[in-house]
Amino acid sequence: MSEPVSALKGASFDGLAHVEECGLQGMITLRGALSARAVQKAATVASGASLPDANRANMAGEGGLCWMSPDELLILCPYPRAAETVETMRKTLGKTHALAVNVSDARAMFRVSGGAAREVLAKLCPVDLSPAAFGPGQFRRTRMAQIAAAIWMEDDESFGIVCFRSVAEYAFNLLKAAAQPGSAVGVFAARPGAISGD
Amino acid sequence: MLILHCPNCGVDADETELAPGGQAHLKRFGPGSSDEDFHDYLFARENPRGVHFERWRHAHGCGKWFHAARDTATLEVFATYSAQTTEPPQAVLDAIAARRPGWTWRHES
Ligand SMILES: [Zn+2]
Repeated sequence: MSEPVSALKGASFDGLAHVEECGLQGMITLRGALSARAVQKAATVASGASLPDANRANMAGEGGLCWMSPDELLILCPYPRAAETVETMRKTLGKTHALAVNVSDARAMFRVSGGAAREVLAKLCPVDLSPAAFGPGQFRRTRMAQIAAAIWMEDDESFGIVCFRSVAEYAFNLLKAAAQPGSAVGVFAARPGAISGD
Repeated sequence: MLILHCPNCGVDADETELAPGGQAHLKRFGPGSSDEDFHDYLFARENPRGVHFERWRHAHGCGKWFHAARDTATLEVFATYSAQTTEPPQAVLDAIAARRPGWTWRHES
């Protein structure tokens, strides 16, 4: 049995913000009618989190439940438990028309934290990331430069990001460039941390 | 820069988050149709200066298709609406008529 490793083995960078690859992360894609009782039960039991509204994510300890589309949820769980969690979900789903797949090894996860975290992400995503428009609890699928990504805020100064594993290095390089010391724009200048760092 | 409201997830999506799907509300002419109808279905597209109906996919977002009614000259967006319809809903036609007096949907003319 080979030893699983994450795409960038926890690489990190310090600049305007702290950028780190989060290591192995359990991720399960669940597709189906989100109104179906079995789908809701499978998702909430697997993640330990309550069902999120559209464009939101609910975190609970090591688990999380993210709204991906009108018929898709992303379940976050500890990496070693992903396979057995999928099995449990499939039993819960039974004959309900739905699909649960362990995508942990197909994805990479990053965290960007610090006072300038908003600005670092705002350089890369076509999303209004001002504090009034985007805050903890919200979840957004978008793009980072040329790649698809999903972003959410863990707290007021920290973003979680997931992207495909095959583009993990591109994503890390992007985040490092956007967090390059000396490149502060100060667009969210109301936040003192966002204009320091050069 | 075009920003379209995705009716599936509710996000105001930047054009760069979207994939264009071409002219909307085409009638398909398949097996059994005349060569001319099939040719037009495959190749003939409107290219209006003004009101136009398009299909778009929220490719980097929720992944779903939707329709948009907009003006190709001014980039004004009149409405976005469900992909699951063969012609624009009345509310969309009303929204366009309010901004472009005298304009009519092709099936009404
Ligand atoms: Zn959408």
